[in-house]
Amino acid sequence: MSITVYVPRDSAALAVGADEVAAALQEQAAKRGAKISLVRNGSRGLLWLEPMVEVVVNGKRLAYGPVAPEDVAGLLDAGLLEGKAHPLALGDIAEHPYLKNQERLTFARVGITDPLSLEDYQAHEGFAGLRAALKLAPADIVQQVLDSGLRGRGGAGFPAGIKWKTVLGAQAAQKYIVVNADEGDSGTFADRMVMEGDPYMLIEGMAIAGIAVGATKGYVYIRSEYPDAVKVMEAAVERATAAGFLGDSILGSGKAFRIIVRKAAGSYVCGEETALLESLEGKRGIVRAKPPLPALAGLFGQPTVINNVLTLAAVPFILARGPKAYADFGMGRSRGTLPFQLAGNIRHGGLVEKAFGVTARELIETYGGGTESGRPVRSVQIGGPLGAYLPDSLLDLPMDYEALAAKGAVLGHGGLVVFDDTVDMAEQARYAMEFCAIESCGKCTPCRIGSTRGAEVIQRLQAKPAEAPVQAKLLRDLCDTMLNGSLCAMGGMTPYPVLSALDHFPEDFHLAAPKHQAA
Amino acid sequence: MTAMTTREAQAVDAALNRFRDEQGALLPVLHAVQDNLGYIPQGATPTLASAFNISRAEVHGVITYYHHFRQTEPAQHKLAICQAEACQARGCRSLTATAEAAVGCRLGEHTEDNRWELEPVYCLGLCASGPAVELDGKLYARITPERLEALIRKKELS
Repeated sequence: MSITVYVPRDSAALAVGADEVAAALQEQAAKRGAKISLVRNGSRGLLWLEPMVEVVVNGKRLAYGPVAPEDVAGLLDAGLLEGKAHPLALGDIAEHPYLKNQERLTFARVGITDPLSLEDYQAHEGFAGLRAALKLAPADIVQQVLDSGLRGRGGAGFPAGIKWKTVLGAQAAQKYIVVNADEGDSGTFADRMVMEGDPYMLIEGMAIAGIAVGATKGYVYIRSEYPDAVKVMEAAVERATAAGFLGDSILGSGKAFRIIVRKAAGSYVCGEETALLESLEGKRGIVRAKPPLPALAGLFGQPTVINNVLTLAAVPFILARGPKAYADFGMGRSRGTLPFQLAGNIRHGGLVEKAFGVTARELIETYGGGTESGRPVRSVQIGGPLGAYLPDSLLDLPMDYEALAAKGAVLGHGGLVVFDDTVDMAEQARYAMEFCAIESCGKCTPCRIGSTRGAEVIQRLQAKPAEAPVQAKLLRDLCDTMLNGSLCAMGGMTPYPVLSALDHFPEDFHLAAPKHQAA
Repeated sequence: MTAMTTREAQAVDAALNRFRDEQGALLPVLHAVQDNLGYIPQGATPTLASAFNISRAEVHGVITYYHHFRQTEPAQHKLAICQAEACQARGCRSLTATAEAAVGCRLGEHTEDNRWELEPVYCLGLCASGPAVELDGKLYARITPERLEALIRKKELS
C-alpha cells in the first residue's frame, strides 16, 4: 500500500517552491524505499504555511508546513509518512483553528481534492447541483438562485437571480454565459484559487446558468497574469466535455452547453463587464454606455449572463442543498458567505470564507494575527484599488454591502489589504490616481484626464506643504467630478481610496485633523 | 510598415488557421503569435486586418491597447515586479529599487544590451505572500531583496 501525500499546485504554493518540494519528496521517498502516491491538490488557503505537505494517516490528513525542499529529508527521517512529530508539524489540518471556524460553502473542496479528478469531485458532492438543475424547469432554477439571495460577487452586489431572470425572459437564437475571471484587484485571489483548486465547481455553475437561461455557450475570461489558472481551466473543460458533463447533451439530457476559455491581455478595466465583452469580441477593452444592459444586448449583441467566478461557484451548492441552506448564512440583504482574502502586511494571510457580518477586525486579528511586520495596523484597504482605506476606528464594521456603503466604503471582491504604521497615505492616494491613469480605457473625460490631474495635484501637495489646503480643496473638487461624471467604476470609484485617505489620515497630507473626525 | 520574415509570416498564418472558426478571435490569435515569437511583428497588422475584415487602425488599436502585447523582441530575461497595493504593503518599492540597481535599468525599461527588462505588473494574485515577482515566466513570492539579487545573479551566469 502506498501512502497518500498531498503537495498543493496552487500558484501561491508554486511561487514558494511547491514543485521543488514535491520533487524532493519523490526522490527522498524512493531513496528510502517508501511507496508514496503524490496528489497535487489545491491550496487550503493558509498561505503563510505554504508549501504545506499533508499525509494521510488513519484517515486523517496531518499537515507540515511551511516546508522547504531542504526540509524534506529531515521530515522523512522524523517519520512524516507516519505522521510523527516535527517542528513543522501542524497536526490534523481540519482541526486547525484557521480552518475549523470558517464557513466554507464555496471553498468546501478546495485544498481537499485533486482539482482535475472528476472522481474526486463527484465523491465530494460534485455535480449534485447540476443533476438537480436538470430535473427542474428553467424558471425554477432561476427562482432558487433568487431565493438564495445570492448577489454578484464581483463587487457591485447586484442580485444574480434578477440578472438571470432578465436573460431567461429575453428572446434570442443564441444566449451566452460569461465568467468574469479578470481578477485584477490587488489583494484578491479567491477566483484564482477556485479555478486552480476546484475548476469543476465553476464549470458546474456555468452549466447550471446555461440550462437556467437557455444559453448554450459559455466563455471564461481569465487574466493573462494567471497562466496556471488558464491551464487548469482548459484541462478541466476538456475532461468535463469528454465525460459528458458538457457538450451537445449534458448527461444525456438533450441540453447543450459548451465552454471556451479565453485569456485576457493585461488590461485592468476589462474587469468591468462591458469592457470585458468588448475584449471577448476581439476589440479594445473600452467600456460601453449602459443601457442596453448586457442581459439584453451583451456578447455579440446577444442576451448574456455575465457573473464573477465566485457568483457562479456558489450556484452548485444552492442547487444541491437548496436556497435556504445558503440564505441561512449572512446578515441583512447580504446572504450567504464571502471568501475573504487577507493580504498585504499580515502575519497569517490567506483565504477565510465566512458568512457576511464578520468584522474586519475579527478577520485581521483573530484570523490574520495582526501585521507581518509586528507593527500596529494603520489602515486597511477593502475591496481592491477602487476601495476605501479604513482607519483602525472603522474596523469593527460588519462586512456587509450596505454597512460598508454607509461609511463610504465598499466590500468589492472581499479582499483586505493591511498596512502598518509606516505607510504614507498621501502616497497611497497618489498611487490610486496614477493607477487609474495607467488603466483608464480613455472613453470618458473625468477618468482619462481627471486621473492624471489628480496625481499631479497630490504630487504638488506632497512637494509644497504650505499649499496643502488649496490643493486638497482642488483634489476634492476633482474627485467630485470623477465620482459623478465617469462612465464606469474605474473613474467613478478611484476617488474612494483618495478621499478616504484624505478624510481619515489628513496629517499625511500636511493638513490639520478636523475637530470632529467623521467616523 | 516592414514586411514580415518567413518565420513571422508562418506564425501569423498558423495562428489564424487555428482560430479560423472562432468568433471574435483577434485576442487568441495575437496571444498565439506572441507565444510563438515573443512579440507581434509590425508587419502582421495588414494581414490580421484583412483576415478579420477590419481596418489596420483597429488591429493596431487592439495590439497597443493591451499591456500584455508587444511589438518588439523581448529581452533575454524578463523580470516583472508586482507594484500593486498588497505588495506595496510588503515592501515592493524597495524591492524594485534593488532590481533596478542589480540589472542596470529602470522599471518599464530594458538594458542597452537587451539582456534584461524590468516590467511593472499590477497583481499576480499572490497578495498574501508578497512581494511577488515573475522571472522568465516563473512566479516567486515572499521575495526579499537578497533573494532577488541571488536569482538575478543565477540568471546572469546561465
